[in-house]
Amino acid sequence: MSGRTREFFGLVPVSLLVTAGFTAVLIARSDEIQTVTVTYGAVFLVACLLGHLFIRWRLPYADPYLFPLAALLAAFGLVIIYRINEDLARQQAQWFIFGLALFSLTIVFLRDLRALQRYRYTIAIAGIVLLAMPRILGETQNGAFLAIDLGPISFQPAEFAKLAIIIFLASYLADNREVLLGGRTAAPPLSRTAAIGGAAALVALFLILVLGAPAWPSVLGCVLLAAIAAIVAERPSLKHIGPLLLVWGMAMLMLFVIRDLGSSLMFFGGFLVVLYVATSRLSFVVAGISLFAAGATFFATSVTHVQNRVSAWLDPFDQKLIDMPGGSGQLVQSFFAQSDGGLFGRGLGKSLLYPPGIEQNCTPAPGCASPLVPLPDTDSIYALIANELGLFGAVAVLLVCLLFTARGFRIAVIARDEFTKLLAVGLSAVFALQVFVIVGGVTGAIPLTGVTLPFVSRGGSSLMANFILVALLLILSDGARRAAEEKGQW
Amino acid sequence: MVNREIARVFGLVVALFALLIGFTSYRAVAHDFLTRFSGDTAYSENSNNRRSLLEEETQPRGLILSADGEDLAKSDNVGSESAPRYVRDYPLDDLFAHPVGYSYLDCGRSGLERFYNDALTGRSNEFGTIVDTLLGGTDQGDDLRSNLDVEAQQLATDALGGEPGSIVALEPQTGRVRVMVSVPSYDPNTVADQCSELNNAEGSPILNRATQALYPPGSTMKVITAAAALDSGEFEPTSTVDGRSGIDIGGVPLANFGGQSYGSVDLTTALTNSVNTVWGQVAEQLGARTMFEYMERFGMGEPPPLDLPSAELAPSGVFSKGEPLDAGDPVDIGRVAIGQERLLVTPLQMAEVAATVANGGVRMAPRLGDEVRARDGRVRDEIDPVEVRRVMKASSAEELTEMMANVVREGSGTAAALEGIEVAGKTGTAEVEGGATNQAWFIGFAPRDDPKMAVAVTIERTDGQGGTVAAPIAKEVLQELLQ
Repeated sequence: MSGRTREFFGLVPVSLLVTAGFTAVLIARSDEIQTVTVTYGAVFLVACLLGHLFIRWRLPYADPYLFPLAALLAAFGLVIIYRINEDLARQQAQWFIFGLALFSLTIVFLRDLRALQRYRYTIAIAGIVLLAMPRILGETQNGAFLAIDLGPISFQPAEFAKLAIIIFLASYLADNREVLLGGRTAAPPLSRTAAIGGAAALVALFLILVLGAPAWPSVLGCVLLAAIAAIVAERPSLKHIGPLLLVWGMAMLMLFVIRDLGSSLMFFGGFLVVLYVATSRLSFVVAGISLFAAGATFFATSVTHVQNRVSAWLDPFDQKLIDMPGGSGQLVQSFFAQSDGGLFGRGLGKSLLYPPGIEQNCTPAPGCASPLVPLPDTDSIYALIANELGLFGAVAVLLVCLLFTARGFRIAVIARDEFTKLLAVGLSAVFALQVFVIVGGVTGAIPLTGVTLPFVSRGGSSLMANFILVALLLILSDGARRAAEEKGQW
Repeated sequence: MVNREIARVFGLVVALFALLIGFTSYRAVAHDFLTRFSGDTAYSENSNNRRSLLEEETQPRGLILSADGEDLAKSDNVGSESAPRYVRDYPLDDLFAHPVGYSYLDCGRSGLERFYNDALTGRSNEFGTIVDTLLGGTDQGDDLRSNLDVEAQQLATDALGGEPGSIVALEPQTGRVRVMVSVPSYDPNTVADQCSELNNAEGSPILNRATQALYPPGSTMKVITAAAALDSGEFEPTSTVDGRSGIDIGGVPLANFGGQSYGSVDLTTALTNSVNTVWGQVAEQLGARTMFEYMERFGMGEPPPLDLPSAELAPSGVFSKGEPLDAGDPVDIGRVAIGQERLLVTPLQMAEVAATVANGGVRMAPRLGDEVRARDGRVRDEIDPVEVRRVMKASSAEELTEMMANVVREGSGTAAALEGIEVAGKTGTAEVEGGATNQAWFIGFAPRDDPKMAVAVTIERTDGQGGTVAAPIAKEVLQELLQ
């Protein structure tokens, strides 16, 4: 079976999900099946089919699973949003169409992504500007600068900035990885790593046990020093490491500028992944992580809203934190929703979204009672999925995300050129990290910060940016697989 | 190449996703499962989690009905058709506030609403609910039919005329409670707005005086003393005892009502005229052990087996600083026998005493609920009469009945007499607050030969006596219920 045919059949589960999901919601509401709502489903499926035909035409060698997996997530999101509010679902369906249009445009205009390498500094600057925009033009949401109001639309530039930064990094490191390490691409001798690591461990133990220094800063400091020592031992070229330090500084600055731990983690994690794959040096990663941890610790103790998020995460059931605005109320309600779902969930449309007596179609707006779990259509959509579809439904969503990431990594493995490898890994990693940041936040694995669940959460910016991400991955895979096929190597 | 690094990074991604699956499993399933063993608060039990409470408002609770099918409590939809919100409505306002209770999100529940909550929310029959859901029906609660009689309750409430007090009427053979009045009352429809105020309101309207208020029983206690005397075999109705006023009881001279002295009188006469010294001597002769034995057989010392929440049920007995005493404690048993000392009882307890005598000495568990029915009329649960125990021999009960009938025929209880129906009973008047006011009592049952109804009436802080203020009310209530 050809790749494209597999892609076509991959859309079958999507259509089943959309049909079953809409029907389930309608039955739960005991409404008559309205032709309008069925039309959404049909339009959505036709759009998916058009997307498939477009790929068949322009990118015949592209990975056959990425697009159906993205469509599956989007269908999931559409059904859940429809369950929350019909009007919002209509908007989301429209964004989906726009997203597909943007997806097609990206494929048409960026036939060869190596062209992007020429504009990498422009792209980097664009990324920084996008990130800084909300700080200049926008308003804070719970203390973080993430969105700009454009009339009726709320634009979240960080969603696009993540693409720009990954493109820049992949492009820069693809060209400079050799010189960065003075031409030594082989891994450093094990004895050296062991010596540096052992020395750091001894110093840390001495500091904590003998001098009685506080544990966390001591460990952090020693790990950082060890990592720097390892980097210095490589005698890297300062000229070439400069831009990397710049990117690191940018990520830290971003933490200051947008004041959001979650998006910073996502950006910084993407940066470290690309850096690690390019240099195969764990020392860079360890240095980066310990510096980030130091920065995050500083933020968690000095910036009020980050501090609140962290203390809400550490002790969510402290009654004071629950009652405090911006405290742990959202978190514990999301726990309750997941617990209410249990193994199999309450069923689509059957969980308690609003207190009784509130119309389900009350648009989130002033005058509407607040839902039990705040932001069920964006930040907390995963909690609602767990509530209505249970642990099984939630894990299914996670597995779809993981499969998507796996297909992205597969492109990197197949690819022959550095840039394709690094970009595919970077984009896939940033996607996976975004899932980790929001799902980890909602389940209490890490402090809760507001990023979207890709393709699932309501929101135009997120959907647009992620469609570009899929388009980029498909272009990369088309090139990689075409090359591989020509050599007959896979 | 760099494929080894790519594989490692993917390994890390898989580990992160495994962490996410782990945390989701913990929140969704494991946490509440583990709390069963650890004793921590489950998410479903957390006070910040109002989910299950709110969910109850999305379904109508079952009705609470009177014995003849009138709505005592129903659920009204105050939301809309598509987004319903059901709130409790009590059509008879304050009439059944105490036995029926209330159920509101922010104030909790009381009374039958609380005791039968599982049935009223449809949770008592999980299987039936699943079947209903599969058949497309809505999962709403079951109805509770009670034994309460609307007209008798209204008449009894009116008869008290707003005086603080309580009336309980029940069927001796079955324990069915037909009337449960506690004055002052409150309107359960207004509870939602003022639940905290209500707890501190003057006159304690929230208190169910029938089951929670502890009063000195006065001479109604002599029924228990007489039962002990006859059933122990040491006395007969014709046994004679010295009835002078001022005989030493517990080492202290005891006076008769009005200081009146009687000669040597038999027990029937002593009950008819409520001669204190006779019953004091009888109890001293029986001893504390026998007296306590019979008090406990009648139900004292533990909460009554009534279908109300245990928080709304008080045990009767002899108390010292709130702690119950027993036969081993230093107690002036001669004064306990005439309802003095530190003896405190609930009106329900005294109604049970009358009902037990009426039922030939067999005590039945009092019951407010009659049956639980699904909306379609299927009976889910019939609440059958339960025999608690035999308190005394049928012959003792028969002798005691005759003695009590004499009280109404020619003694202190003549005001309870009904035309054409013979009533058996006993009055009581306990002095409270240093003798300034009285706790007036009447307990009794009718018809004498085939008792259908037993009643206890008590009035707080009245100038009248049991025979003048409580007996006429008992008469009215019996008349209504025996129609």
